[in-house]
Amino acid sequence: MARAFVTKIVTANDLLVGDAVYLTSSNLWSRDFHEAKICLNEDEATRLLDSTNFHQHHIVGAYLADVAARDGRPVELLHFREKFRTKGPSNYFHGKQEFNNQQGVA
Amino acid sequence: MYAYNEFDQKFVRQRVSQFREQIEKRLNGSLSEEEFRTLRLMNGLYLQLHAYMLRIAIPYGSLNSDQMRKFAYIADRWDKGYGHFTTRQNIQFNWPKLENVADILDALADVNMHAIQTSGNCVRNVTADHFSGASIDEIEDPRPSAELLRQWSTDHPQFQYLPRKFKIAITGSPNDRAVVKAHDIGLRILRNQQGEVGYQVIIGGGLGRSPFVGHTIREFLPKADLLPYIEAILQVYNLGGRRDNKYKARIKILVHETGIEEITRRVEENFKLQKSEFQKPSDKLIAAIEKRFLAPDFEQSTYENFEAERSESPQFDIFVKRNIADHRRENYAIVTVSLKNIGQTPGDATSEQMRVLADIAQRFSHDELRISHEQNIILPHVQKRHLPEVYKLLQAADLASANIGLISDIIACPGMDYCALATARSIPVAKDISRRFDELKLEHEIGDIKLKISGCINACGHHHLGHIGILGLEKGGIENYQITLGGAADLTMAIGKRAGRGFSAEELLPAIERLIGAYLDLRTSREEVFLSSLKRLGHSPFIEALYPKKESQNVA
Ligand code: SF4
Repeated sequence: MARAFVTKIVTANDLLVGDAVYLTSSNLWSRDFHEAKICLNEDEATRLLDSTNFHQHHIVGAYLADVAARDGRPVELLHFREKFRTKGPSNYFHGKQEFNNQQGVA
Repeated sequence: MYAYNEFDQKFVRQRVSQFREQIEKRLNGSLSEEEFRTLRLMNGLYLQLHAYMLRIAIPYGSLNSDQMRKFAYIADRWDKGYGHFTTRQNIQFNWPKLENVADILDALADVNMHAIQTSGNCVRNVTADHFSGASIDEIEDPRPSAELLRQWSTDHPQFQYLPRKFKIAITGSPNDRAVVKAHDIGLRILRNQQGEVGYQVIIGGGLGRSPFVGHTIREFLPKADLLPYIEAILQVYNLGGRRDNKYKARIKILVHETGIEEITRRVEENFKLQKSEFQKPSDKLIAAIEKRFLAPDFEQSTYENFEAERSESPQFDIFVKRNIADHRRENYAIVTVSLKNIGQTPGDATSEQMRVLADIAQRFSHDELRISHEQNIILPHVQKRHLPEVYKLLQAADLASANIGLISDIIACPGMDYCALATARSIPVAKDISRRFDELKLEHEIGDIKLKISGCINACGHHHLGHIGILGLEKGGIENYQITLGGAADLTMAIGKRAGRGFSAEELLPAIERLIGAYLDLRTSREEVFLSSLKRLGHSPFIEALYPKKESQNVA
């Protein structure tokens, strides 16, 4: 039996700053993964990832990340590495967590 | 002190302006990431989890106050007010923006520093004993040899595309503080029976996925033969090293698969061919290099005030016992400044601390500083009479932790708080351990111990060489930590042995506590340090402490 497909989003690093960004349904990059477009099957995921070939002057190293989704929106990144990328390091209050409050992101 | 020659100056400036153009091209879309990646890595620029990271070489870990102040300036102007010192005697800035990197490199070039050859498959920053030029046990300052190697290897046309990166370390004293047996090439300066100075040459050591203790390929190499001999080794490696599998491409694998006898034969044969043709550096060049590393003008002085302060202030006395090493001049001392405050990130210094250290070095240490592979900062030449004042200045800057060689003097790599290659975090583990043993007030009771943590099998945190090593991995979607026991980083270098199954982040600290508890129970006296107990008793009683019976019954 084929393994059940886990919902995915496309993530990359921003070219200028280097932080994590996520591909939205309007084909733009957001710093908030909640805004990412979710892919419900393998084909969709591959297609969306391939589309980032045209974004190379904004981002670096796009790849797929597993998420839990509700009502068609991502609610939680599943791997701890991806969770860390949404916040920043644990030793200083740097990176995304510095700005998240302003953006209203948990 | 180390200074660039004119060639370096031009070369570095050229490289910076070249890289500036390349960055512009990347930003305006005319260079793809694929094309740009190699170029940025050649200039020390990595892309990490949350941002870019710029790695700057500190050749053989030596720097002066201007250079340290420049780091502080860069930290404030383009980064987040701090820098991270690594086990490779580099400094890393964790938050540069791509558009600022050329400006940072220009600022570094102002003080003769750069990020070239901190990445890529070339000869990397040559590391050296951090007590070079100061320690009492030194046969000869290793830095002129390191500098000669640096000049020879920088932009060496044959060795820019080796099968893999290549690391050289050198020590000038019998007590190895540069971990020479864990390098592609390790050099030990020694004297032969005739009293001549030369090198013991060790090759094929390394950590990472397949750790190896280096093999001696030459017991005694005359000084004049250094470059042709190293060149012979690199040629043998360049030809024979595997290029089909990056995990098998280091010279240690070549040595392991081919055998040290055969490699020795090839190197010696190649060396014989090389030797006559090799264009040796001129005596003038060698003299010029040596001149740069001449000992400073040491002063005569007495130090009654130092002794008086020691008997008056127990705190100062502990600092002297832990953080001061013998200098080759009796009225001087080597001060190790700990970057391991309890609960803080090993190896980090704020810009303010960098400035304080620069000022102290300028006033009290003949303008010299060193970075140790143990991620601390050394003031190599401080007169004993100045130590009480230096101590006060360090205290005011929160730099006076008297914990060198203790359990909180942990080596930890950046791990998954920063590093894109990491499988788990290492910084929080280090912080928790140092906090816990501080709470228990056991640190000084435990005494000398080396605890080292890496966030992945690449072993930047030298976990294999820790008396206690911790390796962060991933298991079943959570962080999992493997403990190794019995590693050692000095001349008795040993690779630690895995104790058993890994621990989750929550289980890890109690496990370390049980391990240390067992040591305190089992040691014959305070004089028997952790590693000695381990050697005397074997690993079993310690493994039992890590995996108590009750637990194994539950699991069964
Ligand atoms: S050991 Fe691994 S996690 Fe740590 S700095 Fe090296 S590559 Fe990164």
